[in-house]
Amino acid sequence: MTTLVIAEHNNQALNDATAKVVTAATKLGGDVHVLVAGQGVDAVAAAAAKLAGVSKVLVADDAQYAHRTAEPLAALVVSLAGSYDAIVAAATTVGKNFAPRAAALLDVQQISEIIEVDSADTFKRPIYAGNAIQTVKSTDAKKVITVRTTTFPAAAQTGSASIEKIGAAANPGLSEWVSENLTKSDRPELTSAKIIISGGRGMQSGDNFHMLDKIADKLGAAVGASRAAVDAGFVPNDYQVGQTGKVVAPELYIAVGISGAIQHLAGMKDSKVIVAINKDEEAPIFQVADYGLVADLFQAVPALEQELG
Amino acid sequence: MKVLVPVKRVVDYNVKIRVKSDQTGVDLANVKMSMNPFDEIAIEEAVRLKEAGKATEVIAVSIGVAQSTETIRTALAMGADRGILVKSDETVEPLAVAKILKAIVEAEKPDLVVLGKQAIDDDSNQTGQMLAALLGWPQGTFASKVEFEGDKLLLTREIDGGLQTLKLNMPAVITTDLRLNEPRYASLPNIMKAKKKPIDEKTPADYGVDVTARLQVLKVTEPPQRQAGIKVESVEQLVAKLKEAGVIG
Ligand SMILES: Cc1cc2nc3c(=O)[nH]c(=O)nc-3n(C[C@H](O)[C@H](O)[C@H](O)COP(=O)(O)OP(=O)(O)OC[C@H]3O[C@@H](n4cnc5c(N)ncnc54)[C@H](O)[C@@H]3O)c2cc1C
Ligand SMILES: Nc1ncnc2c1ncn2[C@@H]1O[C@H](COP(=O)(O)O)[C@@H](O)[C@H]1O
Repeated sequence: MTTLVIAEHNNQALNDATAKVVTAATKLGGDVHVLVAGQGVDAVAAAAAKLAGVSKVLVADDAQYAHRTAEPLAALVVSLAGSYDAIVAAATTVGKNFAPRAAALLDVQQISEIIEVDSADTFKRPIYAGNAIQTVKSTDAKKVITVRTTTFPAAAQTGSASIEKIGAAANPGLSEWVSENLTKSDRPELTSAKIIISGGRGMQSGDNFHMLDKIADKLGAAVGASRAAVDAGFVPNDYQVGQTGKVVAPELYIAVGISGAIQHLAGMKDSKVIVAINKDEEAPIFQVADYGLVADLFQAVPALEQELG
Repeated sequence: MKVLVPVKRVVDYNVKIRVKSDQTGVDLANVKMSMNPFDEIAIEEAVRLKEAGKATEVIAVSIGVAQSTETIRTALAMGADRGILVKSDETVEPLAVAKILKAIVEAEKPDLVVLGKQAIDDDSNQTGQMLAALLGWPQGTFASKVEFEGDKLLLTREIDGGLQTLKLNMPAVITTDLRLNEPRYASLPNIMKAKKKPIDEKTPADYGVDVTARLQVLKVTEPPQRQAGIKVESVEQLVAKLKEAGVIG
């Protein structure tokens, strides 16, 4: 059994998600190789080679992989797939984009967002916004899997895999990357932050989110949001936590002015400690909160900032 | 330009589902069913293209049980021109759905297929990508803006770090994200009109697609439930509790 993990990175640094996917991949048994496809990715390859459990890193350094668009990346993965029993990627927007494309080209029914590996062919995955957990056994000879990274610990950095350069696959040339508008922030990324403070519609404006920023800065936290807050334009789309946004599981999640809809809970209910601040004591968010404060957020949040010193 | 929109009948997003006690699945008896919310966005986008004079015809397709006709009728009431129901009482997995859609694309020759990014029942997020693969077409997933530039499609996508813009060759497959548009409610006259619009009925066999499941569902269980917590009286008490729990310094 040999598994190919597709690395998640930005050409400069390896994303933490990859170390978690490697942990899931080692649970399949057998060898784990990592594919780093990108442009100017020597540092990424070196970081991948350090992950415990990885025996080989394949590096495809080519302009067509610079943005990891689905068509060329899927073509590359398919060209390598003959040597592998399983292909595993993080359930990030990159993984969700290319993996099903590769799976279809291989005539494989992908298994999306696994949260547990029962055996090399049997996995647990959430359905219905995490309100049910399905155990599925794949009958395909080859597996294509995406991994929900919050449920797997990161592999240690104690490895020393070999690094092998490989050529690019033929570029399908179907699309062209034009531009990217990435949210700049000095705070930790949502999916790897230990503490998250999220705001909902109750925040009333983007300006009011600065109240949460101040607390985030004191706690070293990331700032998230509900869909309603994103839809209203208070914060950018990449803040959204939930069934169709980001799934997070920090040590501490503070929900401010968020009602607790099923779709929001789906993205944060595996957090270790949940705090809810809401003026409506009936809000469903209190049903999952370890500590609930029924209060007007416009009083409670500044008071919280003060109290944190 | 002809536009094809696959629409799935799913448990309404407001319903809190229950897992069956024998662990064979989710209880769907007497549960409100609706069109997958992302597919409403897909229909809306297609209908807007038609209203803008860019699309000539919008075809809604649903694969599933007979009642999926209702989902197609909703799409027709929103402005789609005709429907195709591919009837199956078995669960059809994304790969098989994509194969059926590929056959429909080959028969109907649309220039654009607009799908939802994810069905909120299976949460797979696969079908559009798989269809694009099988057709050898480009894919624009998680779209928040769709524009045309000459014979290309300029598509803005929601990605983990923010937004990305791609230029796609046509024909293309796109999948919708939440902020692409706000779907309309069908008006009563349009609901009446939709009743007269044609719906073709087919089966997977008509398209030569084997829908045998590749994933065997061994069991479906409840997720672990969180313990009910406590209400704190003040911000001071909250901070004290969090320090006690060791989650803040
Ligand atoms: C297909 C689909 C996918 C979705 N995906 C997601 C997703 O990924 N993530 C997500 O979050 N949602 C998602 N949603 C939306 C979800 O159903 C809810 O609409 C959304 O989460 C509500 O956001 P909210 O809690 O901020 O707003 P509301 O439900 O409007 O709640 C606002 C809360 O703020 C409180 N409040 C107001 N003012 C104050 C104040 N001054 N002080 C204290 N409290 C106050 C109110 O009591 C209320 O509880 C999705 C919906 C659909 C249909
Ligand atoms: N049975 C189906 N009938 C029609 N469309 C479907 C079906 N299954 C999936 N789709 C389409 O594919 C999208 C993604 O579904 P999924 O890959 O299952 O998450 C949906 O939003 C629909 O547009």
